[in-house]
Amino acid sequence: MNPVSFLMQMIRIAIPYLFAASGGVVAERSGIVSLTLEGFMLGGAFAAVVGTHYSGSPWVGVLSGMLGGLFFAAIHAITTIRYRADQVVVGVAINLLAIGVTRFFLKLFFASSSNSPRVTGFGGNIKAGGFDNPLLWLGLLAAPAVAFVIYRTPFGLRVRAAGEHPQAAESVGVSVKRVRYLAVAISGILAGLGGVYLALDQHQFTDQMTAGRGFIAISAVIFGRWNPIRAALACLLFAAAETLQIQLQGNHAIPSQFIEMIPYILVIIALAGVVGKAVPPAALGKAED
Amino acid sequence: MTASPAATDTMPTFAATPWRERAEEALIPPLVALLVALICGDLLILSYGQSPAVVYRLLLEGTWGNAYGFGQVLYKATTLAFTGLAVSFGLRAGLFNIGGESQLAAGGFAAALMGLVLPGGTPLAIALVLCMAAAGCAGGAVGAVPAYLKTRFGAHEVIVTIMLNFIVLALLNWFIAGHLHVPETLHTPEIHAGVLPRLADLDPRFHGSAANLGLLVALIVAVAVWFYLFRARGGYELRAVGLQPEAAEYGGINVGRVWMKALTFSGAIAGMGGINYVLGYKHYYEDGFASGAGFMGIAVALVGRNHPFGVLLAAFFFATLSQGGLAIHAFVPKQMMDVLQGVVIIAVATSVPEVRRVLRSARRRSDA
Repeated sequence: MNPVSFLMQMIRIAIPYLFAASGGVVAERSGIVSLTLEGFMLGGAFAAVVGTHYSGSPWVGVLSGMLGGLFFAAIHAITTIRYRADQVVVGVAINLLAIGVTRFFLKLFFASSSNSPRVTGFGGNIKAGGFDNPLLWLGLLAAPAVAFVIYRTPFGLRVRAAGEHPQAAESVGVSVKRVRYLAVAISGILAGLGGVYLALDQHQFTDQMTAGRGFIAISAVIFGRWNPIRAALACLLFAAAETLQIQLQGNHAIPSQFIEMIPYILVIIALAGVVGKAVPPAALGKAED
Repeated sequence: MTASPAATDTMPTFAATPWRERAEEALIPPLVALLVALICGDLLILSYGQSPAVVYRLLLEGTWGNAYGFGQVLYKATTLAFTGLAVSFGLRAGLFNIGGESQLAAGGFAAALMGLVLPGGTPLAIALVLCMAAAGCAGGAVGAVPAYLKTRFGAHEVIVTIMLNFIVLALLNWFIAGHLHVPETLHTPEIHAGVLPRLADLDPRFHGSAANLGLLVALIVAVAVWFYLFRARGGYELRAVGLQPEAAEYGGINVGRVWMKALTFSGAIAGMGGINYVLGYKHYYEDGFASGAGFMGIAVALVGRNHPFGVLLAAFFFATLSQGGLAIHAFVPKQMMDVLQGVVIIAVATSVPEVRRVLRSARRRSDA
């Protein structure tokens, strides 16, 4: 196994996780449960392909993909913040809705129930190994950028206050609802970008192409104890497990189904608190009156 | 949040509210959801350039309009009743079981194994009980894992059950693809015992539809769940934990044990749903048979307002949508039903707190 190619493959696999987990950190730190990342990613992936297909430019795809993530984020934000619906229930439903909506419009736009036609993407130079893709670099920057915003800006302070002690935030004049709307919107855009990367990298949209990546991303957030940098490291760890899985696939000693399970088993082990007790933001999942 | 009088006012209480108010709070949200779904459905149908009236008429004709369609609705409703009861059982304890998908598959697999092990000619009553026990144990085992991880380590059951879906389905795929399949297929050989009679055997008009005796089993399970939840001590404890775990703990209830019981039974109920396909329809386990039914159980439980009999009605409703999707497929893609399923869950989840708030403030005004 060549360590350089292993690392490069690992980073390529990690990019969607890095985008989505960075978004997840923002929303969860503001007090909104992010089980929705899977749906945001799927919406982003589909919108990116539609935008790229009809404009011919992947940059339009990036923009429409961000809007795709934002669309589902808006539904989640309005139902849970304005109407105080249960965040977990709506979150699960958003994922199902995203599957349904992308399926329906896949049929409407491309007359297919499985995949879209091929679209252009970024880069494509074989020698660059995917590193000539601007989205890849953007993905690597996502977690440091979120860390800066969360820990070094007034907005970040408000996000943390909204998630830890909303009443205190309100008492000093911070509108918790507005902060949460913004945080969920950011998470939608970032997770949407994760989907964009996935779709443009594979040059098409396929039904349910996110295949659980959003759940792995939210697990990375919990594993990283809601710290963007630690969450990014968790993303890299899960990506390493997946790379290992791909590189082991030629090996017939272990059935492929067992190798497929590795990332999911890692997530469960991580959740069981092997790395220490995870303490979520105090007001996570609670609607603000 | 501190327990201000306003906060406790919005908390659901056991029996303090009169039945009329409870009925309003239970029934209005599903009706609102139905309305929202109809509007979304109209928009989707129009986006395809079709007439909503024509499509909805087609949907009704293809489901309730003939015995075959109705039989198919009953068949689909049977599986959904099991997965819906499973989700609602967990939710009553405050736990969200998203693992119905893999629990159902594991149950179906175990039922098929039992049907293969039993000698041909085993009396149906014995074979059915054994197959259901096997299915319940398999589903319950899958449900016990997140329960244990939650009680012991505080791992969130939602993510664990989602991860387990991937793991268990891969494991079953390995069993089938690697060991048990009939060559060139992804299913087991046909079972020797436990084949359930079809509805068509009683009334030939149902000919061709897969509805079978499993429907009756689902009804019995629903009654059993109702009895447990509302008439047995264990169910009282379970609901108390679901409403206020801290208060229940203070009242002397072992919350961890209730969680274990709730998720294990929830998994067992979902697992037993496997008999509908395996014993009632195909008579073998096939890889991927459960796809979607586990998740739809969430919608069924929410629309059924977590009441066993509400769940039965909701299962019938969603089975109609699912079968109706096939009936209208020539005009509008059946994927429309996937959209509506999500819309219904979101609409119910959103209108439940909103309806309660509006009703209560209206009552306060009329009292004043």
